Amino acid sequence: MITIVDYGMGNLGSIANMLKKIGSASRISRDADEIAAADKLILPGVGAFDAAMRRINESGFREVLDRKALEEKVPVLGICLGMQLLTRSSEEGEIPGLGWIPAETKAFRGRVPAGLKVPHMGWNVVERVQECRITEGLDQFAEPRFYFVHSYFVECDDPEHSTLRTTFGVPFDSGVKRDNVFGVQFHPEKSHKFGMALLGDFAAL
Amino acid sequence: MLRVRVIPCLLLKGDALVKTTRFRSPSYIGDPVNTVRIFNELEVDELAFLDIRASREGRGPDFDLLREITNECFMPLSYGGGVGDLETAERLFAMGFEKVVVNTAAVRDPDLVTRLARRFGSQAVVVSIDVRSTLFRHYRVYSLAGTRKTPHEPQAWALEMERRGAGEILLTSMDREGTWSGFDVELTAAVTAVVDVPVIAHGGCGSLGDLTDAVVRGGASAVAVGSMVVYQGRGKGVLVNFPDRRRLNEAVAGGAST
Repeated sequence: MITIVDYGMGNLGSIANMLKKIGSASRISRDADEIAAADKLILPGVGAFDAAMRRINESGFREVLDRKALEEKVPVLGICLGMQLLTRSSEEGEIPGLGWIPAETKAFRGRVPAGLKVPHMGWNVVERVQECRITEGLDQFAEPRFYFVHSYFVECDDPEHSTLRTTFGVPFDSGVKRDNVFGVQFHPEKSHKFGMALLGDFAAL
Repeated sequence: MLRVRVIPCLLLKGDALVKTTRFRSPSYIGDPVNTVRIFNELEVDELAFLDIRASREGRGPDFDLLREITNECFMPLSYGGGVGDLETAERLFAMGFEKVVVNTAAVRDPDLVTRLARRFGSQAVVVSIDVRSTLFRHYRVYSLAGTRKTPHEPQAWALEMERRGAGEILLTSMDREGTWSGFDVELTAAVTAVVDVPVIAHGGCGSLGDLTDAVVRGGASAVAVGSMVVYQGRGKGVLVNFPDRRRLNEAVAGGAST
């Protein structure tokens, strides 16, 4: 069963709702044992980097998460802030990220042309730059697009880990992957048919 | 690149969707949950719900109704109407709303905007500013669903709300609302000229050409539409609809093909 990790931040209900809509069972949990038993994990996230890492580190399930992702290698999907948490660190905070994907999270402010309002908020298109099982379903759409709300963006050390690219003043990785660990910067649960295609592919892994 | 957002703005009165004209004479449109389902099918990018009676009745949101709405909705949702404290906002976010819209509460206690922004992030806080023209074409901000005149002028108030942490401004022309006569482009331009945050033009949209005006001449980052998406046409019956995506893109890119 897909377990949506509840560390107190994120659109948990909305994600569960969309999974239900596409016929996929899921549960929301903050219990280490339940998380340990998960077939797949979703790491949501809305808010600030340090606040999130602090909660995860103090949750009692940090070790379980590391084990599931790095040793058991169950499929993991980080969404929005959840994707940023997969990186080494963020310019938004001081606490190290999970470090499951070799990448940095950086600020748009100071890097995008003046006049471009941060946060990047609204629908934007994604470009598939690499084969990836969870983005295969996007093939059916002429111009897949998703809903974004973020002030920081991810840049992978190695382009091999970048699956989707989007531009907001600067080009950035809107989708990442390393083995079993996936991340998307946008909100599939808020991106109707496009989100359903992506979550459907993730659920089918 | 980022596209201009076109947001159906739906008005709640009790458990029904209604449409007003110049903030008066609410007319029944339909069941909110059903309407959301239709907008889902139409693949609308974003929805906003405003409870037009909450503040006047001194109450908060109808959470049961809103839960039914969020369960059906797979796109970003904003809610406004009686949002007066952090607890209410927190409950709305937990339920699945992306943004809260504050109007009367911000007039009563501008610091609320700061507290909301600090706790939830500016991008989650929209300040709604309802504006009416007074004698001699002076603009004034009104609160309580347009029933109470405030001492504020829209430009200064928008600036103050931005300073306090508002992430977006929903700027509604009371005079144009429900009239299909086009946005108040001057009002929109006056506000977009002084703030950096996105301004959503609202009130009066009757055609795709109006959308273009609001964006190109008014400087709006997004537009909210009411009558145009719930009626078949001006003076016609209820029909929940949304413009064709390609024509919409052309319109907001600055060149309507009609």
